Amino acid sequence: MEHEQPPIHSARMTSSIAASVTRQRHSGPTPPPNSTSHRSTWRRWRDRFFFVLFFASVAIGILGLAALVIDVMTDGLGALDFSFINSYPSRHAGESGIRAALFGTIWITVGTAAFAIPIGVGTAIFLEEFAPEHWAVRLVQLNISNLAGVPSIIYGILGLALFVQAFALDRSVLAGSLTMTLLVLPIVIIVSQEAIKAVPGEFRDAAFALGANRWQVVKTVVFPQAIPGIMSGIILALSRAVGEAAPMLMISSLVFLTFIPSSPSDRFTVLPVQIFNWVSLPQPGFQAVASAGIIILLAVLLSLNSIAIWIRNRYQTRY
Amino acid sequence: MPTRYVALALGIALIAGIVALGMNEPDTSLLATDSLLFGTIEIDGSSTVFPITQAVAEEFRKVHPNVQVPVGVSGTGGGFKRFVVGETHISNASRSIKPIEIAAAAENGIEFIEIAVGFDGLSIITNPANDFLECLTTDELRAIWEPGSEVNHWSDVRDGLPDSKFRLYGPDTDSGTFDYFTESIIHLEDASRSDYSASADDNVLIRGVGGDKNALGYFGYAFYSSSREKLKLIAVDSGSGCIYPSSETINDSTYSPLSRPMFIYVNTAALKRVEVMKFLNFYLDNATTLVQEVGYVPLPEAMYQDGRALVSSSRGPLN
Repeated sequence: MEHEQPPIHSARMTSSIAASVTRQRHSGPTPPPNSTSHRSTWRRWRDRFFFVLFFASVAIGILGLAALVIDVMTDGLGALDFSFINSYPSRHAGESGIRAALFGTIWITVGTAAFAIPIGVGTAIFLEEFAPEHWAVRLVQLNISNLAGVPSIIYGILGLALFVQAFALDRSVLAGSLTMTLLVLPIVIIVSQEAIKAVPGEFRDAAFALGANRWQVVKTVVFPQAIPGIMSGIILALSRAVGEAAPMLMISSLVFLTFIPSSPSDRFTVLPVQIFNWVSLPQPGFQAVASAGIIILLAVLLSLNSIAIWIRNRYQTRY
Repeated sequence: MPTRYVALALGIALIAGIVALGMNEPDTSLLATDSLLFGTIEIDGSSTVFPITQAVAEEFRKVHPNVQVPVGVSGTGGGFKRFVVGETHISNASRSIKPIEIAAAAENGIEFIEIAVGFDGLSIITNPANDFLECLTTDELRAIWEPGSEVNHWSDVRDGLPDSKFRLYGPDTDSGTFDYFTESIIHLEDASRSDYSASADDNVLIRGVGGDKNALGYFGYAFYSSSREKLKLIAVDSGSGCIYPSSETINDSTYSPLSRPMFIYVNTAALKRVEVMKFLNFYLDNATTLVQEVGYVPLPEAMYQDGRALVSSSRGPLN
């Protein structure tokens, strides 16, 4: 029935190309009845309406980001120079620097990666490739999805009680990294599972048909195919860890540090906590310092995200 | 592929740069630097005393770049909780240690000494837009802040004041400023109304009072003097007329009963370490300058002399 009445069929489409195709058809030798012409105008208007609506949705997000970036840049660029990156915090706004927090963030990110990648990817491989169909497995799966939605401050409190106090790791880089590992693990697991799921089943079947066992299939077929997806997921998870202030505020607490960690058992502070600290200072000079800190944090986050995109684009086309 | 080599080279350059930045190279900018002294001196406690200790730690690092001195802000009570179990070596305090805290320290085998470092005049603050209040008597302060107080409008404080509702800002129960205020104004330690905006961080209180024209709050004098243009100081009348806190009135104790000494508490076992002893001597040698710089009132030189004597006698024979 739809094939017999093409105009009605295309009326369901909202793209402007479809609308113009319909218009061309109407401008043919037999002029359409008036009612159809009205419908065509109405369609065009509806098309414009949704275009404007969706464009506005995009614009709100972009404008918000632009406002943030412009505000931060006007406040912070003046305070941003190499000595800002290479100096420790100070009671004088003009001498304050971000060195301690920047290196704290690098330590925490590397530490988190060291724990979260093997555990997270291992869990994902188990759940996707090895786990049997069982209610307990589904329960684990459900809990992982739920854990991804737990507020980060909860992980901070857990880390404070578990790693800082019970394991007596004190407020160290190690305690911070382990807490961040708990926070990003659900994300790493879910993203890795998605990447593994995206490997076509035929690849596995082919490998099995050649006599490979399950581990060989995972090692030589599934995992290499899934690496780009897993990698970009891991980097996005780590960039979340870089931007988190709440759990690190619990672990490192507000602290004035004039050194960078030299081992995992040292005290640390991270960029968002340092920025939070500066923002809370009432002396006017520190607002510019806080903005300069935000620029550094944005730069770190953007470069991590670019690496994720680069890895995805670089390796996706290989196979 | 050339692009890959370029990326590789950039990556290596980036890592090399980070590593080079990350080296704790001895600071050779000052002739007096002593980079042979190593160690960590963990400090926590009062946010009132924090600006002094922060300034000392910052200056100390310039002379001894390899001694790590993290300074935290947990409030006097919060700081003592860590001090009495041996987690910290020095505790900042805006009141004397309580008997219950002494007992806890004794239980854990922690011995300590008390060193006075400066005077503070606990300051009563309103928003600068407040043009009707210049002075409060200690009885009025007590009526406002006592537990279960029904005083919620300015007109309840004194006849002739406007009928608008005020909002109260003050330190939280972990704060030594809270303990001192309740003891000297309510005459009962820790007795206070609880329906006020409480924070351990004085900077949060400054922001609160600075943004609320019906605000009334109290905190340490240095926090007032660092943000004078955002705040209005209220004089206190304890029977001999309205007196504003200032260097003179705090120093000669005419600003009564809210003038108080500030202390640092030092773990005697930690004092055996050379870097801790050097830090304390540096603290006392520079206290007059730095206490003044951050906005408090220095002690008479004789009292710093007493502090130095206490440090060397508690340290015992050199080994």
